[in-house]
Amino acid sequence: MMTYFKEILEGFWSLLAGMAVTIRYFTKPIVTVQYPREKIEMSPRYRGYPQLIIDPETKTHLCIACEMCSRICPSQLITVEGAKFPGEKQKRGTKYVHEHYYCSLCGLCVEVCPTTALEYSAEYRLAGYHREDAVIDHLILLQKRQKAAGLPVTPVPTPAEIAAAAAAEAAAKEAKAKAAAAQKPAPGEEVKE
Amino acid sequence: MDMVTQTLGIEGFRMIAGLIGVIALVSVNALFLIWMERKVAAHMQLRPGPMEVGPHGALQTIADAVKLMGKELITPEEVDRPIYYLAPIVVFLPVLLTFLVIPFSQTMIIKDMNVGIVLILAFSTLTVLAILMAGWASNNKYSVFGAIRSVAQNIAYEIPLLVTVMSIILMVGSFRLTDIVAAQSRYWFILVQPLAFILFIICATAETNRTPFDLPEAESELVAGFHTEYSGMRFALFFLAEYTNMFIVSAVAAVLFLGGWRGPILPGVVWFLLKVYAVIFLIMWFRWTFPRVRFDQLVTFAWKILIPLSFVNLLLTALALKIF
Amino acid sequence: MITSGIEEKTFVLNLGPQHPSTHGVLRVLLEMDGEYIVAAEPVIGYGHRAHEHMAENRNYHQFLPNMGRVDYLHALAFNQGYCMAVEKLLGITVPERAEYIRVITNELNRLTSHLLWFGAYLMDLGAFTPFLYCFDDREHILDLLDRITGSRLTYCFFRFGGVPADLDEDFIFGCRAFIKRLRSRWVDYHNLVTKNVIFIHRTKDVGVFTKEQCLLYGITGPNLRGSGIPYDIRKSEPYSAYPEFDFEIPIGENGDIYDRYIVRLREMEQSCRIIEQALDKLPNGPIMAEKVPKRIKPPVGEVYQAVETARGEFGIYIVSQGDVKPYRIKLRVPSFANLSLMVESFKDNLVADVVAILGSIDVVIPEIDR
Repeated sequence: MMTYFKEILEGFWSLLAGMAVTIRYFTKPIVTVQYPREKIEMSPRYRGYPQLIIDPETKTHLCIACEMCSRICPSQLITVEGAKFPGEKQKRGTKYVHEHYYCSLCGLCVEVCPTTALEYSAEYRLAGYHREDAVIDHLILLQKRQKAAGLPVTPVPTPAEIAAAAAAEAAAKEAKAKAAAAQKPAPGEEVKE
Repeated sequence: MDMVTQTLGIEGFRMIAGLIGVIALVSVNALFLIWMERKVAAHMQLRPGPMEVGPHGALQTIADAVKLMGKELITPEEVDRPIYYLAPIVVFLPVLLTFLVIPFSQTMIIKDMNVGIVLILAFSTLTVLAILMAGWASNNKYSVFGAIRSVAQNIAYEIPLLVTVMSIILMVGSFRLTDIVAAQSRYWFILVQPLAFILFIICATAETNRTPFDLPEAESELVAGFHTEYSGMRFALFFLAEYTNMFIVSAVAAVLFLGGWRGPILPGVVWFLLKVYAVIFLIMWFRWTFPRVRFDQLVTFAWKILIPLSFVNLLLTALALKIF
Repeated sequence: MITSGIEEKTFVLNLGPQHPSTHGVLRVLLEMDGEYIVAAEPVIGYGHRAHEHMAENRNYHQFLPNMGRVDYLHALAFNQGYCMAVEKLLGITVPERAEYIRVITNELNRLTSHLLWFGAYLMDLGAFTPFLYCFDDREHILDLLDRITGSRLTYCFFRFGGVPADLDEDFIFGCRAFIKRLRSRWVDYHNLVTKNVIFIHRTKDVGVFTKEQCLLYGITGPNLRGSGIPYDIRKSEPYSAYPEFDFEIPIGENGDIYDRYIVRLREMEQSCRIIEQALDKLPNGPIMAEKVPKRIKPPVGEVYQAVETARGEFGIYIVSQGDVKPYRIKLRVPSFANLSLMVESFKDNLVADVVAILGSIDVVIPEIDR
């Protein structure tokens, strides 16, 4: 008999304790943010899509088109092309397209780049109406960002320029090979000595 | 004007004016209550609730109502048509009729019947019939499940409700609601009968199918409830009925325990509405705090705990009245 | 023909793949006799994404993001298991600071997983408010983890040989402040939920898993510990930096839902203890091992590595044929075994208990279907 009443009272008290918690939270300020009227700051390491870094010295991108990022991407989303322009020591990226719709934001491309040409952007507003909205041409994006920062815009090499550079490169290589062949002794003479 | 009063009589005119007022009140009340529920829930959960439509979301309910009215009324093929169409109406009309006897202030009462409280209790039981109709006519095993559970729940919780009300009536000596309010001129009945108040609130929460007793309703685990097959405006009628029912039981609680329209400075109507909405806030507070009770525990709770306690309360009241 | 008496038949109810309380896409066919369950049959496979097949076609680096998606709620434990397995194959030792960072982030992730379970389970039972309180707590952890890993849910943070990014002062300060805040919330959760008489009635003596059943079905994790068997891989087969921390393994007595619930709450407190100790003892040093090859080509061999996740034992078995791509990766996920016992335990229970039991086991269906 006494346990019956005791149980009822204990149960009732537990319910009141629960109600006290809720009413206390009722009087606290809200913790949500009314997006899109208010926005939150993203953390500095937030992984938006990868984008080309604007090098503070040369004011342009650092991509040498080694295609390491393209090879390591688990979903094969990066297309890189490059060409060696006459007068420059290394290849330069001439096309950098990244299809963002399957990107798993793993960050492997950023980490594997030998020249640290990639960084994460802080862009999270990626909604669009077409599938093509998610395909990002990074050289064009770089131009937009350079313009926004007031820097000189890096021109995107046109196919004609790339073809000319490739031709010049091929010609230079041939000339070098001929020069090396002229210097080297003929095979027959080598054996004699 | 004279012709109208001559044909209908003062009483008839009063009733018609009253009914129009009641319909207006019910609509505004539903509008306000839905907004209030969402805001109370939101602030208890540390979020703002509806903020877009209107200042602080005040017009959100109107937007929802317009959306519901625009929805297609889908009638499944194998339903029992007359009962299916009648169920939303039967759930709504009796609740409207209970407004006849509620004293909003000293003079604002549509018809001061001498069986006031019994009329309210009788009519609020008719909602059970409507739920059973809705569940059965839907020709859907989930709806039948929900309806059967709801009927068992409502019947089980009617008894402690009636017995608790009886102990108040014992103190007053009459069923008239105006008499009950008049009897609280010196002190409110909640001060002498706190147990009755608690029991009444628990039974009222169960009668209106609110959490923690909301098993018959939507989101109840497996079974989608007795109103699965209702869409659009018919579904809205069920919910309108639920919120109006909540208003009625809170009004009864205010009249029985909190002194009705009595209060110092403000006019009677304002005090009455304040008390009613305070009790509604209490019922909403329950919803956002407690988990759902399992069905067999619900019935056990009613029969093994609430009924004995309400009878004990009745006995103690009778004893106290005899002695003092 | 008139049959005498009423024929008693059972009927089949379908707890469909789209249901608010199945924690993913799980379909359970319940054969019922009135309100009681006679038999139950789960149908899985709605979330099959072919992770193990993907493993055969990607090299070891490229498979890293997949591990975060198998069980997205405790992604870092899966990452850790995979990285440790490959490190075992290659014979790389991870520097101490990296191990500590791995433990800290892993335990924070365990906290988010348990907090989400807590909120979602109570929502299944009908109390909608604790869900939002848990998400408020989770938000702090996710912000903390966002600061160092860059992601909020599917972390791809560990690399072979260590971690790619280091902790900073803000993170350590934020972590300590968060643990303090979380400890003050336990009181609220206990008042709101644990002591609540409705909750106790719904969870005590319901869904009992006996010790024999657990051992027979291969249950691991809080479900096993709720039945009274103190098996935790962090203590039985210690890995990473766990031997250096002092923490307890909470166990239950009866194996009912209430015990599993209490075990998980206590595990959250133990995770807080581990994080505090790790932050206190955090050594300085490199965060990445020195001689990690750029092209991972492990020698021929096989390795099995088990890790304790929030749901139980996650085992990864890698068979390498000396190629850049693994020959076979097998993922042993804890929810698969846990689900099989759940079906057993449904028998002779009410329909209303089905959802309660299902929620208490903390299954993540994408993990089962991989």
